[in-house]
Amino acid sequence: MTNWSVILNIAKTHLVTKVKSTATAALGITFGIGAYITLISFMTGLNVMLDGLILNQTPHIHLYNEIEPSESQPISLYDEFQNSVNIVHSIKPRRSQKKIHNALPILSYLKKDKEVKGATPQLRAQIFYLSGSIELSGNLVGIDIMEETRLSNMGDYIIQGSPQALKNTENGILLGSGLAEKMSLSVGDRVQISTVSGDIFPLKIVGFYQSGVADVDNIQSFANLKTVQRILGEAQNYITDINIRLFNIEGAPAMAKRLQKQFDIKATDINEANAQFETGSNIRNLITYAVSITLLIVAGFGIYNILNMLIYEKMKDIAILKATGFSGRDVQLIFMSQAMIIGVVGGVLGLLLGFGLSHIIDNVAFETAALPTIKTYPISFDISYYVVGLTFALLSTFIAGWLPSVKAKHIDPVRIIRGT
Amino acid sequence: MEYVLETKNINKHFYKPKDFHVLKDISFGVKVGEFASIMGKSGSGKSTLLYILSTMDTDYTGELYLNHELVTGRSHQELSRIRNKHIGFVFQFHYLLSEFSVLENVMLPAKKLNEKSHADIKRDAMQKLEMLHIDYLAQQRASRISGGEKQRVAIARALINNPIILMGDEPTGNLDSQNSDNVFNIFKRLKEEEGLSLLVVTHDEDFAQRTDRIIQMEDGRII
Repeated sequence: MTNWSVILNIAKTHLVTKVKSTATAALGITFGIGAYITLISFMTGLNVMLDGLILNQTPHIHLYNEIEPSESQPISLYDEFQNSVNIVHSIKPRRSQKKIHNALPILSYLKKDKEVKGATPQLRAQIFYLSGSIELSGNLVGIDIMEETRLSNMGDYIIQGSPQALKNTENGILLGSGLAEKMSLSVGDRVQISTVSGDIFPLKIVGFYQSGVADVDNIQSFANLKTVQRILGEAQNYITDINIRLFNIEGAPAMAKRLQKQFDIKATDINEANAQFETGSNIRNLITYAVSITLLIVAGFGIYNILNMLIYEKMKDIAILKATGFSGRDVQLIFMSQAMIIGVVGGVLGLLLGFGLSHIIDNVAFETAALPTIKTYPISFDISYYVVGLTFALLSTFIAGWLPSVKAKHIDPVRIIRGT
Repeated sequence: MEYVLETKNINKHFYKPKDFHVLKDISFGVKVGEFASIMGKSGSGKSTLLYILSTMDTDYTGELYLNHELVTGRSHQELSRIRNKHIGFVFQFHYLLSEFSVLENVMLPAKKLNEKSHADIKRDAMQKLEMLHIDYLAQQRASRISGGEKQRVAIARALINNPIILMGDEPTGNLDSQNSDNVFNIFKRLKEEEGLSLLVVTHDEDFAQRTDRIIQMEDGRII
């Protein structure tokens, strides 16, 4: 049986008459939460951007033929030496084809799989870019450009030209931006490439590609799959790599294992390829939370202090309330509701402050050659941070209010009234 | 006549700084409609007794009956309820909530009791203030009025839930003779017109002489 309207009315009157202390306590929470929201939004925005820089260009599962030595050497097949110690020196990698065996059936099998968002064929070729008498070594990757742009954010990294332009131009090439700069080429120009075996082909530049990683942009270019197959003089089923995107990235390791067994092929998943990025993100998050919690603890001590002072000031009021029939629990609720009001007001203002600051940072110009798609500082506006922020605010004010309010609950009215 | 308040063998010790037997076998009662006063020297235990009777102090042995019901041993929650509903209390130093208006101060115990609507409580509170001739102060902040007025507001607050007994701890101790007289007359009128029982601890000989019964205390005993 708690009469909330009376309790809240008393709490409100106390807060309003002590508006300065109330504001100080609430501002502590506001800055704590505001800083938390700003920090976490900024940090996460950066994390997402940095992860995206590499991870979005990495397929969830990558199928290819690895060049590696045979696991069992011929001698182990020979029964007579079965119980002997065999030592084979300087083992060479096994001679095997670079192309994926049965690539087209594998592709159509993958496209039917419900977990798979898409699978794209690639053909990687070693080539030389010819510029006058200079030969620059590099890669030419044959791709299905429309599928690639659908499945990854590759389109974001085409800084000039468009995916359609490549699709529509049979001899088109998307040149790496580093290469374009070295050879002073622009869109519409022709560039000559030469294969390892010495055949020379002219290709028309339909656009520039800039991944943000200089080592890639200085050597890698893209062309249509068919074009590259023709350059190499290979058939239409000549594919060296298959990239798979899944609907659910968590399923990548299990599926990679399965495919490796099923097709007798090398399959690497995204976690294996990019384990270090996960670690980096986790540590950045840890730092953000450590800083935010420190801020909130400081704010919590502020509330604790102010409520403690308030209770000393209100000793007589507490005694009188108890004498006129308010129970210890009622008195505790009065002070707890004061703490919670401070927490809610401070917390909500903090969320607004955090949102405002994030919004300002989001509009600050941030341009760098390495990141063609980024024009302003990246910010993550994830609603869950706001939920966590408000929870933090309520939790810290609850804890900060608890001890003083318990003290108020146990104040003996007789001692106060008799003045002993 | 019936007792509104009755005690049986109440004993109390103070343990700090050393063991001190402050109340010794107190057994007495206050009858319905009686205006009783407790007198005694400082340290005779009269205030200590009053706070036990008010249910605020629960650290004693013996039995306390209010309206023939045993109050001793009840939980704090229940005791608060009993204080709220059945006991009115007036202190030496008026003890109003200084940040609230006079009217809000008077209404507060009734709001806590939560048995009437807000409008009814407000009407009752105004009626009590009128009865004590201080209705014109209703909207004033409690910190802005004089000592005599404060004590009358405190009496109005004590009466708001129509208690069965009104207790006072030196209610006139801090007032000049004119205001003391005033408070005494109010008490007298409450007894005569409303049939209220009153129990007042006082140092004031004149005040005590005019009550129905004087309970003398000395060294923790009633004599």
